[in-house]
Amino acid sequence: MLLEALTLQLGYNATLVTIGATLLGIAAGATGTFLYVGKRALVSDAISHATLPGVGLAFIAMVLLGGDGRFLPGLLLGSAVSAAIGLLCVSWLSTRTRLAEDAAIGAVLSVFFGLGIVLLTVIQTMSSGRQAGLETFLLGSTAGMLWNDAVIIAAGGALVLALVVLLRRPMTLVAFDAEFAASTGVDVRRTDLAMMGLALAITVVGLKIVGLILIVALLIIPAVAARFWSDRMGRVVGIAGAIGGASGWIGAALSATAPDLPTGPIIVIVAASFFAVSLLCAPGRGVLAAVLRHRRFRARVHVRQGLLALAQEQPIYEGLTLRLMRRAGLIRADGVATEAGRAKAARALLDERRWQLLRADPRHEAAAARYDGLTPLETLLTADQIAELDRALKPEVAT
Amino acid sequence: MNLTLAAKDGRNQPRDEGRAESPLAVRGLTVSYGEKPAVFSVDATFRAGAMTAIVGPNGAGKSTLLKAALGIVRPLSGKVTCYGKPLAKQRGRIAYVPQRASVDWDFPTRVIDVVLMGLYRQLGLLGRVRAGQMETALACLDRVGMREFADRQIGQLSGGQQQRVFLARALAQGAELYLLDEPFAGVDAATEKAIIAVLKELKAQGKTVVAVHHDLSTVPEYFDRVFLINTTRVAEGTVEEAFTEAHLHEAYGGRLATAQMSVAG
Amino acid sequence: MGLEFVSLSLPPLLIGIFAAIACALPGNFLLLRRQALIGDAISHVVLPGIVLAFLVTGAVSAWPMLLGAGAAALVTVLLIEIIRRVGRIEPGAAMGVVFTAMFAGGVLLLEQSDTSSVHLDVQHALYGNLESLIWLDGLGWASLLDWEALKGIPPELPRMFFTLVFVCGFIFLLWRPLKLSTFDEGFARTLGLPTGLIGLSLVVVAATAAVAAFDAVGSIIVIAMFICPPAAARMMTNRLERQIGWSVGFATLSAVLGYVLAGYGPLWLGGQNAVSAAGMIATVSGVILGVAALAGPCRHRAGAPAG
Repeated sequence: MLLEALTLQLGYNATLVTIGATLLGIAAGATGTFLYVGKRALVSDAISHATLPGVGLAFIAMVLLGGDGRFLPGLLLGSAVSAAIGLLCVSWLSTRTRLAEDAAIGAVLSVFFGLGIVLLTVIQTMSSGRQAGLETFLLGSTAGMLWNDAVIIAAGGALVLALVVLLRRPMTLVAFDAEFAASTGVDVRRTDLAMMGLALAITVVGLKIVGLILIVALLIIPAVAARFWSDRMGRVVGIAGAIGGASGWIGAALSATAPDLPTGPIIVIVAASFFAVSLLCAPGRGVLAAVLRHRRFRARVHVRQGLLALAQEQPIYEGLTLRLMRRAGLIRADGVATEAGRAKAARALLDERRWQLLRADPRHEAAAARYDGLTPLETLLTADQIAELDRALKPEVAT
Repeated sequence: MNLTLAAKDGRNQPRDEGRAESPLAVRGLTVSYGEKPAVFSVDATFRAGAMTAIVGPNGAGKSTLLKAALGIVRPLSGKVTCYGKPLAKQRGRIAYVPQRASVDWDFPTRVIDVVLMGLYRQLGLLGRVRAGQMETALACLDRVGMREFADRQIGQLSGGQQQRVFLARALAQGAELYLLDEPFAGVDAATEKAIIAVLKELKAQGKTVVAVHHDLSTVPEYFDRVFLINTTRVAEGTVEEAFTEAHLHEAYGGRLATAQMSVAG
Repeated sequence: MGLEFVSLSLPPLLIGIFAAIACALPGNFLLLRRQALIGDAISHVVLPGIVLAFLVTGAVSAWPMLLGAGAAALVTVLLIEIIRRVGRIEPGAAMGVVFTAMFAGGVLLLEQSDTSSVHLDVQHALYGNLESLIWLDGLGWASLLDWEALKGIPPELPRMFFTLVFVCGFIFLLWRPLKLSTFDEGFARTLGLPTGLIGLSLVVVAATAAVAAFDAVGSIIVIAMFICPPAAARMMTNRLERQIGWSVGFATLSAVLGYVLAGYGPLWLGGQNAVSAAGMIATVSGVILGVAALAGPCRHRAGAPAG
């Protein structure tokens, strides 16, 4: 059954939802990367919670006008309007008052959500009677979805994705360095607005599938996970899109296989698994790699310091230094240097002396900036340059 | 190659000379943010009763050295002693003036409240501020010429005034060792004068002052000892011994000309 | 009036007020520490906590669930901290990753396990049921002095009261270290204050308040009360002591006004049924914040940015 779902063989609706979720995931992953790089990941949390009063008001308005309150395009329009108002409130609070952006986000999301809940209870008691089912917008639900709704979601997903592709250049520039972007003629304000608009569009399209509480996960998690795998913006956007798309696809397919697997949470859990793997295993920025690198780096620092102390016949006090040097065979158990230790110590000190000379010499300014106490000079200079330094060292070494 | 490479200049003086009495001594201190040490294997012994400037180019680890010595950032290796004992036992003898940029000046608190923070060790968790302690705090504000601002919210002060309030807080601590991180950065001339007067007063009382300083032209006028750093220690000693052309060249490399030019200009 | 009020309105009103204040107090410090959204994160992960507690104990009883929720809150805070430090990810994004993933896990667990027999669902977790916390034995003001009648008081009321006492005690005892380490962490460390521990204990206290309040009123009030009253108070004064006072006042006002509007507002407008009190309290707190942001005497940032 899962295989059938993954290969889109579970009926038209399920197929459309899966395609929609995949497209939405790709768009959300890519857009989320721009938000994350701009350090505004949680703005999307305010946007998504702020959709609820709009959904409620749209429902009430449509019922009062004699229509069907559950008409999806109407509900989505309402949600978009109130999310935009929420977004305006966040930016007004954080620029015009002393509140920091995180506080503005929290205030807007809780107040709008509270208002939405009030409206939901109003709808529950409205005389129009029929079960509104607006609660499904909280966590998303694709069970029993209408064909028209599925089409809207698939088309919406495709549309946002197309917009992301179209806007990726200016958004990259602005997210990375707004001032530089402005100097090259990009309209920063409008690009920023477009970025927020995309986040808003993704939220609105995702309301029915993922639900408003969890849609923010689709904007944040793939982006953060992708960041572990590359330092280049273009690649991060691509990887985030891939992770988002895969999460949407696998999640929607999984959810179609069983009745009590709500789509939104499943998609988020799949994305979170991608994140966990990235956090632990990514080369470079991943945790395992980082821990190993830190330990190696610390060992290098301690050994180098120990060698310099040896060379200058100063005592070594730190336990870790002594342990590391003993293990490397540089000193004996009683702390006296071995033959190898003495040779290495002399080399370390010579290197240090060369560095000292080099850093006082304006001609070597570029190389001098590379000094970190650890890099041997041989790796930076040619043999001729070293020989020249050594000639200057000579009188001192001779003593 | 033989091993007796020990140099004759100030660079490699014996490590343990004067450590026991020194108000602040660090040994083999390495601090790293990420993979490049900001401070590498630094030994420093600050002299009691002296005013010492920590000098070096931008990014040379001046502030990092101070922060690591105070336990604000954690070093990768190395030891810090304060009056011959571990730092934790000597907190009461140290006062610290952080860089102005390090706090949120929009914080809801008044000038006098900030100075009273310096009395934390006396007040403890619940002790009430007694009249005498309030007098002390006001007197400290007086010394930096800020008494009439006691009731202002701290964000309403100019940069120089904020720096003076920080100094008043340190004075309220009644310490023996004063550590200042860039006390003259971005302050007006009047404030600079006021601060240096207070520091000289402290020295006259036999206290020890160590300050991170970036203005080379004022070093001989303000300080009597210099600690030159560029990731590692370059030189340490009196202004005459350590603040020499050669040592400055070594610390600043090609940037020395620019540094001096900005001084002249 | 007296009879109905004491049995039907007094308990939920008091619970609402206690919950609002218990959240607003630590909220002041979270706001100043730029950790305002920690409250948001904590209140989302309460759900997986209580679901797990239910799966372990197999019953819906208060204490295991409170413990489960508290444990989930602690795990969240630690995870955020680990991801932030080890993965070098900005705190907002780290928070977003952790709480959404845990909330999703909670919903899945809930859907997968057989909870149909007990009252445990997502909506309850979100907006609680303040209106249902009534005191059937409260037959008028005299019942307040009647020990037998007092036994029938909803258990959420004393629980919320003691939580509030605990929160007040914490803030009172650690006032100076909290203020110091929030304003100038580096300086606090040179005094030998364990700033990391102080920060963590603040979060634990906030989580305690959130968990206790959540049980009674749902998580939406919790998030609103962590942020809105302190944020509004921030616009009223430049002194921390007074800010705390204002925030307590605003929290109380939100709770009372919100409860009354939810219960009687629709009747005044000709409706028949009350609306969600939790939602209304959050809404009122937002209106108060809006007014303070438009007209508060200290609504602008003070002075020039440092540096």
